[in-house]
Amino acid sequence: MKRHRSTAAIFSLLVMGLGQLYNRQFIKGLIMLAVEAAALMYFIPNLGRAIWGIVTLGEKTQGLEKIGKISVRVEGDHSIFLLISGLITLFLFILFIIIYIMNIRDAYRNGKQRDEGVLPASFRQTLAYVTDRNFPHLMLTLPALGVLFLTIMPIIFMVMLAFTNYASPDHIPPAKLVDWVGFQTFANLLTLKTWSHTFIGVFTWTIIWAVIATVTTYFGGLLVALLIEQKGIRFKKLWRTLFIIPYAIPQLISLLVMRNLFNGQFGPINQYLGYFGMGKLPWLTDPFWAKVTVILVNMWVGIPVSMVLILGVLTAIPKDLYEAADVDGATGIQKFRIITIPFVLFSTAPILITQFAGNINNFNVIFLLTNGDPVKGDYQFAGSTDLLVTWLYKLTLNNSQFNMASAIGIIIFIIVATFSIYNYRRTRSFKEEDMIQ
Amino acid sequence: MKMGRKTANVVRLTLSYLLLIAIAICAIYPALWVLLSSLRPGTSLFSSSLIPESFTLIHYKELFTNPSFRYGAWYLNTLKIATLTMIFSTILVTLSMYALSRFRFRGRKMTLTIMLVLGMFPGFMSMIAIFIFLLQLNLLDTHAALIIVYSAGAVLGGFVVKGFYDTIPRSLDEAARIDGASHLQVFVKIMLPLSRPMLTYVALTTFAGSWVDFIFARLVLRSKDNWTLAVGMWDLVNSYQNSNFTLFAAGAVLIAIPITLLFVFLQRFLVQGLMSGASKG
Repeated sequence: MKRHRSTAAIFSLLVMGLGQLYNRQFIKGLIMLAVEAAALMYFIPNLGRAIWGIVTLGEKTQGLEKIGKISVRVEGDHSIFLLISGLITLFLFILFIIIYIMNIRDAYRNGKQRDEGVLPASFRQTLAYVTDRNFPHLMLTLPALGVLFLTIMPIIFMVMLAFTNYASPDHIPPAKLVDWVGFQTFANLLTLKTWSHTFIGVFTWTIIWAVIATVTTYFGGLLVALLIEQKGIRFKKLWRTLFIIPYAIPQLISLLVMRNLFNGQFGPINQYLGYFGMGKLPWLTDPFWAKVTVILVNMWVGIPVSMVLILGVLTAIPKDLYEAADVDGATGIQKFRIITIPFVLFSTAPILITQFAGNINNFNVIFLLTNGDPVKGDYQFAGSTDLLVTWLYKLTLNNSQFNMASAIGIIIFIIVATFSIYNYRRTRSFKEEDMIQ
Repeated sequence: MKMGRKTANVVRLTLSYLLLIAIAICAIYPALWVLLSSLRPGTSLFSSSLIPESFTLIHYKELFTNPSFRYGAWYLNTLKIATLTMIFSTILVTLSMYALSRFRFRGRKMTLTIMLVLGMFPGFMSMIAIFIFLLQLNLLDTHAALIIVYSAGAVLGGFVVKGFYDTIPRSLDEAARIDGASHLQVFVKIMLPLSRPMLTYVALTTFAGSWVDFIFARLVLRSKDNWTLAVGMWDLVNSYQNSNFTLFAAGAVLIAIPITLLFVFLQRFLVQGLMSGASKG
């Protein structure tokens, strides 16, 4: 009785689609045969070279070769192209294997149906089945492929780069080859004096910045929200709309405008300071003041978001809590301290951590406003206000220190992941406690 | 006693209004300043007063007539890219997040976890790889490349949408399923109308995102004719900022206006989106 299922499965194992043909599902079988043929045509010439490329990163350096009397330039292996095309081939191969396994399982299942005396589904029935039972998979296929090739593959590639010596000036293809070096990059980052000095400096400033930026925008937003929601304040909607404007203007524009506002020589801010009899401040050119400017501007950008969130929380506080407090004779300040603040803090705590993680990666504010400057002489390719992310950007695009940049990217990921996982756990426990809602 | 409380109240309100006005000035001043600067004759950053003595539209005209930038072409490019990105990513995000929220299937938990983890990598860490990838596909310097990359990237930020679908009662679609509707019908006829605020939020943020992105666009778009506004603006700033500030101001105003108007008018949806993102952590 088990005849059909095992025969069909074995057929499909041998050649994709053969089991389906055996099950008399001709259209499906033919489609699968075509897929297999295409796959074989692609993988036979490419797969071996892909693995060789990833393992060796190329063996032949570009150089001059004597052919007869003239020397001819011979193209060498391009390590980076080899790595990336190897990765793409491997990804496609894994996809192919998954489809292959699915094909065997399909043949087995349909064979089993035949053993039980049920006719295998026609092509139309199969389509109907797929759109019904496998609806979520169908919906997710396209996005998943996009994410696989445009996010996962690039991230794996960059993680791999951290373990190579892909950096200017000695290891830039196509002129030179790149090699695997293990943890050497990380070791250099932490022990070589020039690198470790920059790393510790930039790292410390990143953390300080993230803490200050998060705290200032959060409490600024809280203050503004409370001001608007006070009893007796009119035109609440107008105030809210006015205060949301900084959030509505694209950061690209507002930050570039800010850069001019704070211009040390001609900017209006210094001009106004002059009216009040104060001297000009080096807003963007002095290491300390540049940090102050960045934080001030970030408050301008970030407070509206916190304000919107906290306004939402404030309207969600049950009114009967306040009424009960009134009955007990609580004063306004007491109500504020005992009801409002705990409620707001409690329901926005997860956002606080998300914002902290976001600020660690706050590329726009730093890059557009100061570009990481003012330059610091004893730093490797970084300035006084550079965060780890902007440093990473400069290392990649301006200085071609790709391996170092990747190592820093991995470190940023570890920091952010730690906070996010902690946050995720806590939010979970929040929800399970059901203290709110 | 009663009088005392009343005066205290008046003092409190007056102080609050003063503070509110001060904050409002801070919030609006940069926008106002750049708008007025763009209408000022001359090219310098410095001006003796906020409101110029005479107004001119010459800088706006120059943006479109000066041969060294093609502001008109950039505007059209950006409009095209942003609109298509908005359409594709809204479709992709809503469909995939609906599937993740509504269906229980093998690998769902893992998909969610992977999304979460991928979101923690600094975004442009993948830039170089995508660049080489596009080079090999012969897609460099095309708008299609940008649209594909933006749309695929939007899916990872879809947690807000998933959170939204989680809150819609399941009994709704179950009833429709019993009546014989297919999954696609349930989605189109029941879920889409319900998710209008969410759709607006996603459409708005993806549109704005591709409207202003300069990091990736600068990497992909090589020829000047293909640039987007953000790239052109970035170039304008780097090459002209100090010598021709008023021109920069005019360009900035034109880029900011559509986004700012959209945001202010669709505030309500924005607030809903932000909130539902927040309550899901």
